[in-house]
Amino acid sequence: MSEEVKELVVKKSEPLFSKRRKRLVSDPLNDDNPVTVQVLGICSALAVTVKMEPTFIMSIAVVFVIVFANLIISLIRNLVPSRVRIIVQLGVIATLVTLVSEVLKAYNYEMYKVLGAFVGLIITNCIVMGRLEAFAMGNKPYDSVLDGLGSGFGYAWIILAVAFFRELWGSGSVFDFKVFEAIGINNFATNGLMVDSIGAFMILGILIWVQRSKTGYVEH
Amino acid sequence: MRQSNTYIIVFTVIMTVIIGGLLSGANQILGPAQKKSIELDTKTQILKAVMKLEEGDDILEIYKLRIRSIVVDYNGDIVEKDEKGNPIEAEKVNVLKNFKKDKENRQLPVFSFVDENDESKVIAYILPTYGKGLWNSISGYIALGADMNTIVGASFGHVQETPGLGARISSDDIQDRFKGKKVYDEAGSVVSVSMQKGEKGGGGAGSIEFYKSDDHKVDGMSGATLTGKGLNAMLAEYFDCYNNYIKKTANAQ
Repeated sequence: MSEEVKELVVKKSEPLFSKRRKRLVSDPLNDDNPVTVQVLGICSALAVTVKMEPTFIMSIAVVFVIVFANLIISLIRNLVPSRVRIIVQLGVIATLVTLVSEVLKAYNYEMYKVLGAFVGLIITNCIVMGRLEAFAMGNKPYDSVLDGLGSGFGYAWIILAVAFFRELWGSGSVFDFKVFEAIGINNFATNGLMVDSIGAFMILGILIWVQRSKTGYVEH
Repeated sequence: MRQSNTYIIVFTVIMTVIIGGLLSGANQILGPAQKKSIELDTKTQILKAVMKLEEGDDILEIYKLRIRSIVVDYNGDIVEKDEKGNPIEAEKVNVLKNFKKDKENRQLPVFSFVDENDESKVIAYILPTYGKGLWNSISGYIALGADMNTIVGASFGHVQETPGLGARISSDDIQDRFKGKKVYDEAGSVVSVSMQKGEKGGGGAGSIEFYKSDDHKVDGMSGATLTGKGLNAMLAEYFDCYNNYIKKTANAQ
């Protein structure tokens, strides 16, 4: 017992924003992006990105769920029996997602109607579960929160980028603000393909291409 | 680390209790706010059929002032109590549940839009409708003028019609096309209003203009013929449901 205490005292504590910790947040934004590099969470990236506003709400929901799920799982990681850990992770995620959905229903019913089914599908978003299993089960709470933030924002900026192009070309607006009418083009022809899931596939494909050619990532 | 079975069982039981408690607690706390949101949403939909709502309007106040509601049955008689003898509130009638019943057994709410200063003067009758679109259900409120024949407004909603195609039924562009159309022909039988195939007017004002001379046709939505058909079936069905009530009220006037 006394040996353990000694060890703790001797060990120098890591600075709050050490290089390693910064990388936890910054890596998933670009080099190790969950959507474009790991190709996870594609389903919701296609489904919710018709317009910016629902996409924005969805991003907040996913960041919230992933950060808190990471935190909770990391806090109880030594208590979780390894044989039922997947179910425990699922239980935590499902609880958080249900909370998000209930709050939306109470305070933003418009969005609840648009996103209803998709918020529920955050449970099956592989990014969330992937982070719990791969990171939070073996790391300290603070690191896990940083990791959650990184992955959450990595997902968020990709789907927001997809939604930006889809709304701009598909509906001629950004956050429901009619851009083209504002600059004097009244007969802007919207592209029906962009409103369809096919448009999301194309934009996502181009994003992945651009990003991978920049980072030099190759699949083996 | 391999834990004993007892530990695993105790762990899962505790977890279940905590999660269950958390969720039911959240439901209890958020319940009233959710009810309010749903009520606000329903009332907004109803009002949208007859008037343009501005951002920041007090929906509940306008609703209280301008809307009088009743429930009628297929024969056009007012119903005040359900089968169990409980009083029925028009706003609480579940249109979906009634849609599944036979026409004769349905509870049919009627929302009367009354004059600002004279409560007895009805400007429009708003009728809720429900039907099937291409992928999932569609619903709406259709407003008939004081003559109970001319459509003065419509507001449609949908669950998951194709974005940009069938989903357009919830836009003003489509809903405006129904204004001024008539439900009955000169002989007094229900003809309803039907959306045509193809978008011949090209959208916007052109589409309203295109079938202007025809009382029972509206321009269609390009690429969404099946949603249009669902809409037509929905309107025809509900005009038939309300037919007896409309005739009775129109005769009494």
